[in-house]
Amino acid sequence: MKIPLSWLKDYIDVNLPLPHLAHELTMCGLEVDEVELVGLPAPQDDGHGFKFTGITWQRDKFVVAEVREVMPHPNADRLVLCRLFDGTEELVVLTGAPNLYPYKDRGALAQPLKVAYAREGAQLYDGHQPGQVLTTLKRTKIRGVESFSMVCSEKELGISEEHEGVIILDPDAPTGMPLVDYMGDAVFEISILPNMIRNACVVGVARELAAQLDMPLKKSAPKLAWDGPSIEGQVYLQISDPELNPRFVLGLLRGVTPGASPYWVQRRLRLAGMRPISNVVDATNYAMLALGEPLHAFDYDVLVKRAGGKPPTIITRTAKPGEKLTTLDDVERDLNDHTILVCDGAGALSLAGVMGGLESEVTPETRNVLLEGASWNFINIRRTSGEQRLLSEASYRFSRGIHPALAQEGVELCLGYMAAWSGGEIAAGLVDAYPNPPPDAEVELSAAEVRRGLGIQLTADEMATLLRRLEFTCTVQGESVFVKTPPHRLDIGSGLTGKADLLEELARLYGYDNIPATRLGDELPPQRGNPLQEKEELLRDMLVRLGLQETVTYRLTSPEREARLLAVADAPYVRLANPIAAERTVMRRSLLASTLEVIEKNNRLRERLAIFEIGPVFLPQPDTELPVEQQRLTIALTGLRLPQAWDQRPQGALDFYDMKGILEALFTGLHVERVGYQPLEHPVFHPGKCAAVQVGEQPAGVLGELHPQVKARYDFGNHPVLAAELDLGVILGAVPFRYDAVAVPAYPPALEDLAVIVPEETTAQQVAEVIRQGGGKLLVDLQLFDIYRGAQIGAGKKSLAYKLTYQAQDHTLKEDEVRQARNRIIRRLEQALGASLRA
Amino acid sequence: MVQDEQWATDLAAIEEQALQALAKISDESDLQAWRTLHLGRSSAVMQTFTRLGQAPKEQRPALGQAANRVKQALESALALREQALGQAELERSLSSERLDVTLPGRQPHLGRLHIATQTLREIYRVFAEMGFQVYRSREVETDAFNFELLNIPAYHPARDMWDTFHTTTPGVVLRTHTSPGQIHAMREFAPEPVRVILPGMCYRYEQSSVRHEIQFNQVEVLAVGRGITFGDLKGTLQEFARRLFGQNVRTRLRPSYFPFTEPSAEMDVECFVCGGAGCQICKGSGWLEILGCGMVHPLVLQNGGYDPAVYSGFAAGMGPERMTILRYRIEDIRNFWGNDVRFLEQF
Ligand SMILES: [Zn+2]
Repeated sequence: MKIPLSWLKDYIDVNLPLPHLAHELTMCGLEVDEVELVGLPAPQDDGHGFKFTGITWQRDKFVVAEVREVMPHPNADRLVLCRLFDGTEELVVLTGAPNLYPYKDRGALAQPLKVAYAREGAQLYDGHQPGQVLTTLKRTKIRGVESFSMVCSEKELGISEEHEGVIILDPDAPTGMPLVDYMGDAVFEISILPNMIRNACVVGVARELAAQLDMPLKKSAPKLAWDGPSIEGQVYLQISDPELNPRFVLGLLRGVTPGASPYWVQRRLRLAGMRPISNVVDATNYAMLALGEPLHAFDYDVLVKRAGGKPPTIITRTAKPGEKLTTLDDVERDLNDHTILVCDGAGALSLAGVMGGLESEVTPETRNVLLEGASWNFINIRRTSGEQRLLSEASYRFSRGIHPALAQEGVELCLGYMAAWSGGEIAAGLVDAYPNPPPDAEVELSAAEVRRGLGIQLTADEMATLLRRLEFTCTVQGESVFVKTPPHRLDIGSGLTGKADLLEELARLYGYDNIPATRLGDELPPQRGNPLQEKEELLRDMLVRLGLQETVTYRLTSPEREARLLAVADAPYVRLANPIAAERTVMRRSLLASTLEVIEKNNRLRERLAIFEIGPVFLPQPDTELPVEQQRLTIALTGLRLPQAWDQRPQGALDFYDMKGILEALFTGLHVERVGYQPLEHPVFHPGKCAAVQVGEQPAGVLGELHPQVKARYDFGNHPVLAAELDLGVILGAVPFRYDAVAVPAYPPALEDLAVIVPEETTAQQVAEVIRQGGGKLLVDLQLFDIYRGAQIGAGKKSLAYKLTYQAQDHTLKEDEVRQARNRIIRRLEQALGASLRA
Repeated sequence: MVQDEQWATDLAAIEEQALQALAKISDESDLQAWRTLHLGRSSAVMQTFTRLGQAPKEQRPALGQAANRVKQALESALALREQALGQAELERSLSSERLDVTLPGRQPHLGRLHIATQTLREIYRVFAEMGFQVYRSREVETDAFNFELLNIPAYHPARDMWDTFHTTTPGVVLRTHTSPGQIHAMREFAPEPVRVILPGMCYRYEQSSVRHEIQFNQVEVLAVGRGITFGDLKGTLQEFARRLFGQNVRTRLRPSYFPFTEPSAEMDVECFVCGGAGCQICKGSGWLEILGCGMVHPLVLQNGGYDPAVYSGFAAGMGPERMTILRYRIEDIRNFWGNDVRFLEQF
């Protein structure tokens, strides 16, 4: 919402510096995004911040001047020469403004034209460049005539984009007055909160400001003559659904002369962001911007004609099946059965509260105006505006709730402006149907409630004094105030909600700044922490320590993207009803698919990639409306184990055992025990390079090298891609709350090597298990350090070489003990696995 | 006596000759040869001892002493020479091992947390110290939890504040904020007091751009108890801002609107880039908006299972990515989930 300062001053005598004023507005809840200067000098920084843009009209360079004669240019048809008086001297000024052509060759003008005149050295916007480009007026020669100053357009002064002609000021503009004193302005760009639609108007903003500053709100409305013949019998009114249309008010103005509005009206409309159209239409817009009530003007004679020459009847009703209406924007609209319309006996006239119809709109030929002010159910208007994709100044306001009292106020205000600007006489009286006034609830608020909610001490009298500033009606009884809402707002509820609403009003009036900041003194809840989340963070830390980079990807993906990995197209998905992009239509089922996309994106950027992600997948369930959100962990590796450096050739690609090593280190670090790895056939992975991970008896996920066919569906490099996807719930569930430390042995260990030859099919895990069994308690560590295959041991066999560490906690081992353990191990290996010792 | 003097003269000559030879030696093998020649069994000094028996008995002690002195002198000279040569050799070898210390080192692979995680943890830490615990809830939510129980009825204009992704299951949406967690937490903990923060991913139906993302983290703060006031809200959030943005940072609360809180406010911190003078980051205002907050609406308290006549509370919501963007002056919010390593590795 754009609020010009000059307009605001119609309602409040405020003279604060602009940044201070912007601050006060912001602290009322009217957040000022920006202040645009339109003539006024740039303010000093007073510590309030705020963004200032726009233009300043130098006092000595811009003045009100009068054009006394418009003369043709000797060498150019499209230029004219103005004999102009700037208050001190008479000059000849060159201009190309088409709106001065009609005055050409008329000799001295009987009534001089008042203009905005810029002298040499004036800084203004270049009218010939798009946007706002500052330039300085310099002396030049145009077609042989010297030019050093100009008559300005709105664009040059920063009032609007209008550059078709020069501004012609109102006749009472005082010649010679600095332009900034005559019409220098500043426009506050204010964000209107959804519950503050009452402030989407100048009066609303002024009212909040007056309350904030504890200043009076001035009345500013033209006096109404009501001097025409009565409206009675000229128009009839029929409301069919008071729920949807609580009030409807009509006024009649006869004998208007459509034409241009006074310049000051046009300027204010432009500054507020609207285009001036004609004095009749401008009056409706001006009254709406002033008061917040959207108004609509009908050509009364068109309605009479539609009614067959009789007084028309205005009917409000919902649309009939198949009914259509062509709105002001010349679009024929299909109407829904809940769309509320303003009609007459002949059919629909306008989309109520949203936009008028084309047929009955006012035109330059209009002589008699029927003016509508109404109140509509905001939810209904919101639906219609949404369905029709039609946002208008009217629907913006009505869809957020405008008080029905404003229907009458708005019509009266508008009639006053319209009569003043376009002539005509106001028919005595209004036609007013008000079948559904809003509830007039009274809310009780006690001093104790204020203390409890806001932490401030106010007496009931002090509360009443504050609330009255916003025009609440307050009755004090003991420690409580009984509060009635003023008839311009619908945002104060009743009961509990009403109390909260009033607390907010009190907080605003008291000033958020003035409420003392305190620290929580309330009882502390039981401190349970969040063990699962803490374990998850521990897991993250562990993975980072292992040198992995965390990633966080989009949860929204498409089945096609996931099909690259899973090759299943018909898996159930959480699907979006309104996706915003074709590549993000469902919630992911696979975290690995997301992670692999990260590898794909980065594999040309780095020789080695090692990443992980922790996040949910979304698995729809047949019997519940909400999906299961399962936390997963994925890890992906690819590239060189040791990238090339200045002293080393690149070495070996990362492979299955790098991934497995990460998992092993991770489980060790987390103290997760009983982790097993079993060969697994899985469509995503290489059949010989894939393992299922088990924690205890529970399946915990899978690791492996991507299947070459899966890999080929991505844009990966040449190196294998290793991936693991694990169920976070299972892993975190196995992280112990505590564990025992093991004493550092006081006696020396005994070390020895052992190489065993086993059949090729025997797994390392089998061998290790047997060695452990044989070694018993004395065997504390077992490291595989070599695997040999070759002629020395024969085909179909392999030799596994281990370093064994024997250790007793309470004595130095004797040779005998170690020998016995070793013999047990060898015997078991022979018996269980058919192994033999390698000599 | 003459014979005495002859012996003495001989010994002096032997010493002088040996020391002269020693001074000329500059490597280890010559040193060994010298040792053999001048201190070995057949050396002149050692021969003196052998021949001691031939000397008159009464002269033997003096002669022995003299020979011993020469032998010791030669030995200590040898030791000194050995040490000097060793030192010289060490220096020679050290100087030949000089590295180019400007060559790059061998870096272990440094793992990193995603910057979003880092910011979340900072927020957790500050609130944990004030007794707030992390509470997480689901991302695919019902319309009831995401809107209605938070005092946002269907068709209410306040719904315009959230552009929502709906799923094909009627009444199921991607949560637009972490606020549904308020209801989950209250229902779980009522009638105990509540102090939780609710972090998590949220979604908005919005074309992603430099400033907007369809997916973003939010952290909500919720305190419910018997005596919680707007002043407590102000104090708690001020402390939080100071911890995160510096002890001297100015903050302000500005009236705002959220359907689930009343009174509602937005908190701004003084722009830490320009110190409040106005710059591009704060869009000239001198202030940076960091969170929305307010006193929990009585209807929301009621929906959570607390009697608003007895209990009150405050809630606040903030966007960690937005804070991160401001703090590190990140230009494009899409960097966060884009996961380009060149972005991730900066943090
Ligand atoms: Zn700044």
